[in-house]
Amino acid sequence: MIRVEWLYWLVGLVFVVMAVQMAKDRTNPKRWTSAAFWGLLGLTFPYGTGVTGTEGFTLPAEPLGVAVLALIVLAGFNFIGKGVPVTTTEEERTASAARLGNKLFVPALTIPLVAIVCASLLDGSGLFETGKATLIGLGVGCVVALVVGMLVTGERRLSVPLTSGRSMLESMGAALLLPQLLSVLGSIFALAGVGTQVGKLVNDVLPDGSKYAAVLAYCLGMFLFTVIMGNAFAAFPVMTAAIGWPVLIQQMHGNEVAVLAIGMLAGFSGTLCTPMAANFNIVPASLLELKDQYGPIKAQLPTALALLGCNIVFMAIFAV
Amino acid sequence: MIVLLGVLVVILGFVTRRNPVLVVGVAGIATGLLGRMDPQAILAAFGTAFADSRSVTVFAVVLPVIGLLERYGLREQARTLIGKLGRLSAGRFLTVYLLVRQITAAFGLNNLGGPAQTVRPLVAPMAEAAAERTGGAKLPDRLREKVRSYAASADNVGLFFGEDCFIAIGSILLITGFVNSTYHQNLEPTQLALWAIPSAVCAFLIHGARLLLLDRKLEREMAATAAENAYPLPDASKEAGK
Repeated sequence: MIRVEWLYWLVGLVFVVMAVQMAKDRTNPKRWTSAAFWGLLGLTFPYGTGVTGTEGFTLPAEPLGVAVLALIVLAGFNFIGKGVPVTTTEEERTASAARLGNKLFVPALTIPLVAIVCASLLDGSGLFETGKATLIGLGVGCVVALVVGMLVTGERRLSVPLTSGRSMLESMGAALLLPQLLSVLGSIFALAGVGTQVGKLVNDVLPDGSKYAAVLAYCLGMFLFTVIMGNAFAAFPVMTAAIGWPVLIQQMHGNEVAVLAIGMLAGFSGTLCTPMAANFNIVPASLLELKDQYGPIKAQLPTALALLGCNIVFMAIFAV
Repeated sequence: MIVLLGVLVVILGFVTRRNPVLVVGVAGIATGLLGRMDPQAILAAFGTAFADSRSVTVFAVVLPVIGLLERYGLREQARTLIGKLGRLSAGRFLTVYLLVRQITAAFGLNNLGGPAQTVRPLVAPMAEAAAERTGGAKLPDRLREKVRSYAASADNVGLFFGEDCFIAIGSILLITGFVNSTYHQNLEPTQLALWAIPSAVCAFLIHGARLLLLDRKLEREMAATAAENAYPLPDASKEAGK
């Protein structure tokens, strides 16, 4: 049986191999600290197996906590750099695109195709760990797509995709880690009782047993909290612990899948409206050399508000 | 109530534009301390939550494949493919991009678009060119900004309301990860992805309509600017003969 932890080990291995490449890359002015950051991140993946205790061995969580703080320091004080990307020239790419044509899309489409086949046909076949078929499917899809990609392009060196992937990793930088850190923050908020406190505040003002008021509170809460936190991922655990789970699902017996899925989308409307979501709203403004750094937000605002309305209506009709 | 100060740390951090990774770290520690957790428990919480949310970062295994394909001209081929879509107005072009972005994101191909990968080199210039072609004059700066802003917005709306229809995407995994571990449920990502489809349809209809309305706005404002500055509008018959 293929287990999800094997996928995590593969991810960890990819990071460690790329970290070794970075350590050797003299074009990167911060090569040692960059390698330390990505290497350490890679090691957290197999170590995490022990923390979750899902493979028959357990390791204490505190050292991993220390490692996470080290990652935060390395990323937070700008110790991560990037080297000069090793790639092909514009002419070479145009020539190879002309030669390979739409065949280039085949490996890219292999990934979702394999993931969907694994999730729908092979789930429950005993081949994959129960309930993890989609995630494992993504990993299997990538391995298959890499093989297909190397066949299609005629590339024989495994170092080529790894080097190209590393350049993309370097250009993304610490932003790659932010979603995982935000879910850590969400979990700390939950442990420290932020969700409960927000829930108390809301319950004081919420009319008893009114499902529409509760839907409104959950969706608007997701929206506003996302505007503040800049990320629906951080708002989700807080608002779900405050209203979504206790009120809409437990008290009012809402359809849990619909409540949670639509709640997250209400948060996405918030992401469209906030400068805190810098990577989506402020970075494009600077990339496009706009004088008004809020240009993209202004273009998105009416759509975001209309969609927030749609999600509130959907949840009120279908979910509770 | 005092734990809510942790939220304040995040707000202040972002308002003063600190490094987001650092802000999140400091807010986490501060909230833990305010919630009266001892330092060891905070470290353990950091470690456990980080291990539990590893699925969010799993998408990194996609990078070597996409990196390989980009090296062999994936972007150039995408440009050729888009170029075959013919003569479009700015609004129609951006609506097509919105649709393509939504569909590809729904298939998990998030990295095919993005402000750096497609919007700056590809989508914004093409939209501007289309607007200038239909308007028959150079875009005034204000309208150029508007077209570029809408190009960025098409990318964001398409991504946000497309990706949740895919099962192995961060937010779906975050929902299942959080709910399954916190409330001991066994939610399936596939069901969540299905519930994202109605919103995805609405997103396309609403933002698509607004992108099409952009054409009219551009047309009106360009005509007004042309009249003000007495720029000669190109002769329509000559234009057609090119």
